[in-house]
Amino acid sequence: MLEIKDLKAEVDGKEILKGLNLKVNAGEVHAIMGPNGSGKSSLSKVIAGHPSYSVTGGQMLYDINFEPKDISEMDPDERAKEGIFLAFQYPVEVPGVSNFNFLMTSFNSILEHQGSEPLTEDEFRNYLNKKMNIISLRPDFLERGVNSGFSGGEKKKNEILQMAVLAPRLSILDETDSGLDIDALKVVSEGVNKIKSKNNAIVLITHYQRLLDYIKPDFIHVLYQGRIVKTGGPELALELEKNGYDGFLQ
Amino acid sequence: MENKKAASTGPLQEDYAYKYGFETQIESDAVQKGLNEDIIRLISAKKEEPNWMLEYRLKAFRHWQTMKEPQWSGLKYPTIDFQDICYYSAPKKKEGPKSLDELDPELIKTFEKLGIPLGEQKRISGVAVDVVFDSVSVATTHKEELDKVGVVFCSISEAIKTHPDLVKKYLGSIVPYADNFYAALNAAVFTDGSFCYIPKGVRCPIDLSTYFRINAKETGQFERTLLIADEGSYVNYLEGCTAPQRDENQLHAAVVELIALENAEIKYSTVQNWYSGDKEGRGGIYNFVTKRGKCAGKKSKISWTQVESGSSITWKYPSVILQGDESEGSFYSVALTHDMMQADTGTKMIHIGKNTKSTIISKGISVDKSSNAYRGQVKIMPSAENARNYSQCDSMLVGSKSSAHTYPYIDVKNKTAHIEHEATTSRISEDQIFYLQSRGLNMEKSISMLVNGFCKDVFKQLPLEFSVEAVKLIEMKLENSVG
Repeated sequence: MLEIKDLKAEVDGKEILKGLNLKVNAGEVHAIMGPNGSGKSSLSKVIAGHPSYSVTGGQMLYDINFEPKDISEMDPDERAKEGIFLAFQYPVEVPGVSNFNFLMTSFNSILEHQGSEPLTEDEFRNYLNKKMNIISLRPDFLERGVNSGFSGGEKKKNEILQMAVLAPRLSILDETDSGLDIDALKVVSEGVNKIKSKNNAIVLITHYQRLLDYIKPDFIHVLYQGRIVKTGGPELALELEKNGYDGFLQ
Repeated sequence: MENKKAASTGPLQEDYAYKYGFETQIESDAVQKGLNEDIIRLISAKKEEPNWMLEYRLKAFRHWQTMKEPQWSGLKYPTIDFQDICYYSAPKKKEGPKSLDELDPELIKTFEKLGIPLGEQKRISGVAVDVVFDSVSVATTHKEELDKVGVVFCSISEAIKTHPDLVKKYLGSIVPYADNFYAALNAAVFTDGSFCYIPKGVRCPIDLSTYFRINAKETGQFERTLLIADEGSYVNYLEGCTAPQRDENQLHAAVVELIALENAEIKYSTVQNWYSGDKEGRGGIYNFVTKRGKCAGKKSKISWTQVESGSSITWKYPSVILQGDESEGSFYSVALTHDMMQADTGTKMIHIGKNTKSTIISKGISVDKSSNAYRGQVKIMPSAENARNYSQCDSMLVGSKSSAHTYPYIDVKNKTAHIEHEATTSRISEDQIFYLQSRGLNMEKSISMLVNGFCKDVFKQLPLEFSVEAVKLIEMKLENSVG
């Protein structure tokens, strides 16, 4: 689904990704771990197309209509329409725009891109009600402004709801566990597990083993200084937890 | 902003240009350019006015001659040559049309194109419309329905003849001709506008609306609107305006006066979309307007809602004089400027009565090289015990060359007053746009969503159809100038 080859990217003239390789197939869960400043969040932004980052080398091949295509030059909205989703570490507030309106506009713009008729308000409300079962939010949630005045936990839950609604093929969760208490972490993880299927892929970016107790990864990668320096199975996370990154980074 | 140019795929793309910019080919009856007592006599004669009206005009004109064009606003525009303007232009009529069906088909077509069908069958239900074309009112719809409840809704020219007592009593009572330079000019040369009287205890069954269209070249539009809500009555009034695209500037200097008597309520909404000039700032309408309402009676309410999205220069401060005890005034405004547009708008809330209350919500959005100013005054007179005001003035900048200014003046002469003022200036951040884009919205759609969210508190004050219209209008304008 996604194959990143020798990816180099910079922000403000500073190289952050220095030849990164990663292959993700449908049905897989990958976890990317690494010390602060290793380039984890940058990787997620580069895949989603943040305008501050520029790709200076390598390729990001993503399957569009069953053909791998380099997405490096695509606008972020085009990537989203092709099924790439980024759950933000710091979701942005959009005051005055209700969650309902936002979700419906997003959903319909993706639907239209796929050549389908947009849903009417009633149709979308029905669709949304089903998705709301995946993650519990306050009843007045839909009428409130997007993320405005939300607690950290609510913001993260909102990201997962958006993921459920937009049904992406590739989801990147950028430190979705940070700032969550244990109950919220459970809710968020359960949500992700419900969305997970053999047709979609999930990339978890995290500092901690804790999240991986709830969402079981197939692969774990250690990112260090802009490169993936080690890849392994779930056991790698436990090892990291025990020995820290230092052991790998000699 | 360093964003890559977004793909322009929006369905609104066809509307890229100002779609109201066309010109109607219609024979008009116009007076020669220039301004003097003879021209005023001629206008008054053409309108078959009674002598008192002519006298009023002449008094205003003589006073205007002693006045100087105001300079305090900081707006930049070349000096206006008042002798180079035509003060009266009307579509030529064979015999005055007795019913709407006798209207010139060109006019009917024009208004259909503008989305204001006048024909009996196609009329917008639930809204009575008075349409003003250049200097005269050409049609008023839904008259019969209004007659039944005693609501008078007609052109001001007609009202001068049919309701002289009301006109004499209230015309110039809120905005006297000596009030300001443009108000004096308007009083001297106003040609038409709407008149409305809601009788005691009547809740106007349908919304009233005036649609202004400037068509003729080098013609100024000086309309005059007078709206009187008698005791315990209610009216919802809407106003829309467009003009053809021309390289020269045209002057629009209107005066609107509202009077709300005891327990009456007036809601006045404007969606202003005059031609705003091209990217280099050539052409466009100078929109120099005096709008003022008086809450004359106890517990009366006046609310101004405006969406100012056109005109090369907008200069207006819809205000409320809160004279009646416990009366309420509000001002909700969205002003969007782009390219080289300038807007200096805001309100005045003059508290005189006891327990009076006012609310000001102003949202300014500046795009490109435009500049947008909020200028507002809250004045609490010594008699206004326990007056309250809440003001919120937010500015949003899009791009790095636009500017926003806020000039709040607060003048309190009674210690019991309670005044709150909040102001913010923000810039649409790259992260906000990226967030929306990463949810599948393109750049234009993302920006318009952010702007619409920003304006929500004002849009929700508008009647539903108007609010849908306003959202579309803002989207279209932004699409035109962002990307």
